[in-house]
Amino acid sequence: MGNAMAIGGYGADRHSDTTADAVRFDGVTIGFGDFIAVRDVDLSVPPGEFLCIVGPSGCGKSTILNVITGLLKPRTGTVTLSGQTLRGLNRDVGYMLQQDGLLPWRTVLDNIALGPLFKGKPKAEARALAAPWLDKIGMAGVGERYPWQLSGGMRKRVGLAQTLIMQPRILLMDEPFSALDIHTRHLMENELLRLWEEARSTVVFITHDLEEAISLGDRVVVMAAGPASHPVASFAIDLPRPRDVAEIRLTEPFLRLHRDIWDVLRGEVMRSHTTVRA
Amino acid sequence: MTWQGRVRTWQLTLLVLVLAGWELGAATGLIDPFFLPRPSAILRRVVAWAGSADVYNDLAITLTETVLAFGIGTLLGVAAGLWLALAPFAAAVADPFIKALNALPRVILAPIFALWFGLGILSKVALGVTLVAFVAFFNTYQGVKEVNPVVVANAQILGAGRGAMLRHVYLPAAATWILSSLRASIGFAVIGAVVGEYLGSAAGIGHRIAEADGLFDAVGVFAGMTVLSAFVLLLDGCVSLLERRLVTWRAPALNANQG
Repeated sequence: MGNAMAIGGYGADRHSDTTADAVRFDGVTIGFGDFIAVRDVDLSVPPGEFLCIVGPSGCGKSTILNVITGLLKPRTGTVTLSGQTLRGLNRDVGYMLQQDGLLPWRTVLDNIALGPLFKGKPKAEARALAAPWLDKIGMAGVGERYPWQLSGGMRKRVGLAQTLIMQPRILLMDEPFSALDIHTRHLMENELLRLWEEARSTVVFITHDLEEAISLGDRVVVMAAGPASHPVASFAIDLPRPRDVAEIRLTEPFLRLHRDIWDVLRGEVMRSHTTVRA
Repeated sequence: MTWQGRVRTWQLTLLVLVLAGWELGAATGLIDPFFLPRPSAILRRVVAWAGSADVYNDLAITLTETVLAFGIGTLLGVAAGLWLALAPFAAAVADPFIKALNALPRVILAPIFALWFGLGILSKVALGVTLVAFVAFFNTYQGVKEVNPVVVANAQILGAGRGAMLRHVYLPAAATWILSSLRASIGFAVIGAVVGEYLGSAAGIGHRIAEADGLFDAVGVFAGMTVLSAFVLLLDGCVSLLERRLVTWRAPALNANQG
């Protein structure tokens, strides 16, 4: 599909403005037919920030990610990426979905090499680019395995490498670890933080889990209950890095932040429940 | 004894029991050998054939027809399946026509094909193609339709264009279905070839059976069937081997029921 569509202005000249916000929403409203998913969203994400968005289910969190990719057009308002208005598809994002989409008929190494391969690199070169990632995700020696031979956590690691090998300037993540058990989840969160601290791309991370949001993010934005959702509060997370996500949740500053944010989030969750029931 | 060994032992015992009972029935006059000839007579005929060159010539012709029908039919079916699975509008338009064509008993086409393509190899290949192509078509179509949507979305996010999607996502996804349909297809290709030969030809195993039939030579008919069965078993073995070599990425649990 991609070739026929206009490539976003952002991709055309990626070094245009390094000081401007990596992502900026001005009065963005998105709807499907009569349904308004999000209304009048103003949001700015400085370059290199790890932003977590939390909110009750059905509040249009995923919708926001789809707009950043350029797959979804806002009804009103503008989306600006590094100072350039987004038109068409945004080729500079990596997008990690809730479920991994590994190709079952490709080995781990070949799965990681998919992005470069799709960009037109010859097979050998794509594999050579993928090889160092096995080490980075702690899967050296299992590059020739097929996805059915991997655990859920390992599949996530491969998915992460698949996304990061593209060196996206903006990394979008839609509850990527929600299906994992709690221990694997903490491992993966630490892994993500480690890789992010090397790459320092801008991250927009969607989750319904407030603890996950606080332990990962530089900032947590709370969305209102949908429909016609919008950000209701933004909290700076001034916890020191590097963090260990399992341990940091026991510290006093973490608990204080959790209490403050939950005060806001609780109201929205309650409201979303009454809306659903009505 | 291993599982495999036990299965083989039972298969052999069953075969021997049936043949011995049959032979005994014919020897004691319970079975009229004119309608159901003795297994020993059939075996002697097969051995006699094996000593002459004709039967190999017939086998070669039937094999050629089968392989051609199998190859052409599979290619056509896979191409059509891929196209219609990825073009919902065309699929909706074509739907009643495909159903109508598939409902047609293919044997009826044999005289028409003989008229169009003559009594040689071509009319048999055409008949086989009409059988094989539908099997390959339906399986490819289903295979593409059942691709996990998350896999499709992820590949598109990673930048796969239309060609890459076809090559790296849709075709491998359909491959499992196509490969498992190949064994059915090879059977249909043989049916096309033999039925075509039976209804009008100058050579082939089907022709040999038809000739014996015309002379009320039941031994010849059964000998022809025996040769044909062995031939199909051999082809089926080849296809299984191909399948196992091509699909290495699947979990063994899915393959286990084939031993």
